[in-house]
Amino acid sequence: MAVVLVLVLIVVGSVLFHVLSPWWWTPIASNWGYIDSTLVITFWITGTVFSAVVLFMAYCVYRFRHKEGQKAHYEPESRKLESWLTVVTAVGVAALLAPGLFVWSQFVTVPKDATEIEVVAQQWQWSFRLPGADGKLGTSNARLIGSENPLGINPQDPNGQDDVVVVATDLHLPIGKPVKVLLRSIDVLHDFYVPEFRAKMDMVPGTVTYFWFTPTKTGSFEVLCAELCGVGHAFMRGVVKVDTQEDYLAWLKQQSTFAQMSAPAKVGVLAAPATAQAKAE
Amino acid sequence: MVDVTPHGADFIPAAEVAEVELYHPHSWWTRYVFSQDAKVIAIQYAGTALSIGLVALVLSWLMRLKLGFPDTFASISPDMYYQFMTMHGMIMVIYLLTALFLGGFGNYLIPLMVGARDMVFPYVNMLSYWIYLLAVLVLVGGFFAPGGPTGAGWTLYPPQAITSGTPGGQDWGIILMLVSLILFIIGFTMGGLNYVVTVLQGRTRGMTLMRLPLTVWGIFTATVMALLAFPALFVACVMMLFDRVIGSSFFMPAIVEMGATPLPHDGGSPIMFQHLFWFFGHPEVYIVALPAFGIVSDLISTHARKNIFGYRMMVWAIISIGALSFVVWAHHMYVSGMHPYFGFFFATTTLIIAIPTAIKVYNWVLTLWRGDIHLTIPMLFALSFIVTFVNGGLTGLFLGNVVVDVPLSDTMFVVAHFHMVMGVAPIMVVFGAIYHWYPKITGRMLNEAMGRFHFWVTFIGTYMIFFPMHYIGLVGVPRRYPELGDTAFVPPSVHTLNEFITVAALIVGFAQMVFLFNLLWSIRHGRPAGDNPWRATTLEWQTAGTPPPHGNFGKELPVVYRWAYDYSVPGAPEDFIAQNDPRPLTQGGPA
Repeated sequence: MAVVLVLVLIVVGSVLFHVLSPWWWTPIASNWGYIDSTLVITFWITGTVFSAVVLFMAYCVYRFRHKEGQKAHYEPESRKLESWLTVVTAVGVAALLAPGLFVWSQFVTVPKDATEIEVVAQQWQWSFRLPGADGKLGTSNARLIGSENPLGINPQDPNGQDDVVVVATDLHLPIGKPVKVLLRSIDVLHDFYVPEFRAKMDMVPGTVTYFWFTPTKTGSFEVLCAELCGVGHAFMRGVVKVDTQEDYLAWLKQQSTFAQMSAPAKVGVLAAPATAQAKAE
Repeated sequence: MVDVTPHGADFIPAAEVAEVELYHPHSWWTRYVFSQDAKVIAIQYAGTALSIGLVALVLSWLMRLKLGFPDTFASISPDMYYQFMTMHGMIMVIYLLTALFLGGFGNYLIPLMVGARDMVFPYVNMLSYWIYLLAVLVLVGGFFAPGGPTGAGWTLYPPQAITSGTPGGQDWGIILMLVSLILFIIGFTMGGLNYVVTVLQGRTRGMTLMRLPLTVWGIFTATVMALLAFPALFVACVMMLFDRVIGSSFFMPAIVEMGATPLPHDGGSPIMFQHLFWFFGHPEVYIVALPAFGIVSDLISTHARKNIFGYRMMVWAIISIGALSFVVWAHHMYVSGMHPYFGFFFATTTLIIAIPTAIKVYNWVLTLWRGDIHLTIPMLFALSFIVTFVNGGLTGLFLGNVVVDVPLSDTMFVVAHFHMVMGVAPIMVVFGAIYHWYPKITGRMLNEAMGRFHFWVTFIGTYMIFFPMHYIGLVGVPRRYPELGDTAFVPPSVHTLNEFITVAALIVGFAQMVFLFNLLWSIRHGRPAGDNPWRATTLEWQTAGTPPPHGNFGKELPVVYRWAYDYSVPGAPEDFIAQNDPRPLTQGGPA
């Protein structure tokens, strides 16, 4: 009897826990409401199956536990029942998979008007790069990294000169504009993770990965690293501030470009530093 | 009635070749230490696996203490936390579960259940154990090496695993880990070939493949999978060892450590390692799960006194799960930065694998239906397996469904999921199996009171640990964080929940001490079991004596006349008919 009671309590307790617990995801701050909806569908379907299976077990134990003189029924298999269960399961699986793949196709299709920005990770801090007036990010290479060029931007690439470089401080983004986040790491694997945005992606040294989203709420959001990156992993934090357009532009004005940052050191390095400087301004 | 498997004495072929003379041990050393008897090797494997498992259990306490009470246990540094975490994960997955299911249960049960006197290559079988032991010793050596064991996480992802920001990355830790894994795989291959060949070639007369108990099907399929999957890990380990020791660049692109120190690598691909790792790693989940599936089928059938429902479907489900598990590996990598279009393929294959898995669950619970359920300790553990496995399997549908995985990936939800599905569930089967076969191994029953205490605390305790943990992940708490510090989106109640989980984990850990005590105590003080205490049909219960002697069976090998599930056959005088019982069937049933 204790077994039956515990099995029933597990179902009831789990459902109540789900409904009453204060632990739920953070309020969403991006366009990925679809992901949340898919998650909710999944909770419904799996919750129903879990309750049904465990309650059925509880009933079996209640009804068919050993009593004196009882004999089990002899039935090796039932083609009909087994096929029927297979079909029902396949339908349930399809009901989960279809919305999942539908939302995934949106997830992998970056809108044409998305602004490319870059997040650069290193042990254990976040830096960012925004394209300048040309709207293009310059090329980069880990071999070029030095104290004046912490992100390894290619000084020969004119596209890179006006890039806005934000090292180890907050990133600002304007609300309502889709961004394609290019992800780069200069040492080990990291993962750019802002729970409120739902989307996340690993950054892999040697290659550039990406994801896209549209911020839908102004405010300050904490960036965490979600891929183990060494002893400082849990302390690798950053901040993304989603601003109104005006606030964003005001912030942007205060940032320095790659050309400005590297100006003093560039004498003698580049053939025509003056030109680059002029272009940036 | 359906004819499940061809039967009748007519089908038993005459013996064509004489039996091969077994190796006979001449001294205590060759009998109990350097033994070639699969039963002794099984006990050696199981003893070693449980001992190293105890280390993993203690490591999990230390991690939980840090997570629950970060201020009190400030002395556990992040370095140590990551080292404990890595060793805990690796020990549990490889050195405990894989070794125990295949090396332990595989060695003990395969020859007995298929009606063989021993494994087909006893000497290689013995070597397999000693190399496994060496692998365990090298692994443990990490704790004593300068810099301690590796803290790279059990996934050992490069570049992090071999760089200086990770404990053991530039010391001995990672080298010892890789060497230990390489040794383990060599040892496993020796054992694995044995299990496969014994099942295929060593079966007694009349034991057709479709008369094998599901335990053997589970272990056999898992072994075939392991033989195909472990080589991927083997080469990954060798390549990483080269990257670390001789400076090659298989997995190492050009990187700059700490923003200042360029490393001399160039052109390698960290994602290639992940593909190799998970090409092994996902089948590995089923290498642990399939033996559990098989064993639990037999536990449920025996203790519900009813044939397993849908035997043929169960066999095909095991085989199709085994095959499908080789094309789902990249569902561990949805947010790894691989090409996002892979997501469509791997989400589809991953969700398809849910279908044969669900069929297995249905057939287990349908076996209970109209059964004669004896709530013995093995049965209790089998029931708890179904609960935890269904729970953990269903959360797999979250993580397998690519887009749902995106917010949950790398959070505590994942930790809760895989502990439920491949930690708790298979371990429930391990316990159920030990309570079930201990009487055959020792001749005595395990103590009932201690067993029930162990069951209730373990089952309810682990559920209370891992069910709420999903919700910590749902909040967004990442995994592999020794402490959360001040994180704006994490409410203080999460810390309270963490304390609760830690206390539950300590209690569950304590119950395992009772279990270990029971194992030792009952060797001398347990109730004598007799040859077949559970009135089971399979051949291991029909041996000449208990524990079975060297050579397992008496003068003649048993001849098999029926399938393994003739329980409660209508018209039969008893509620079970042993597989080697030559009496013609009374009426209608399969067999």
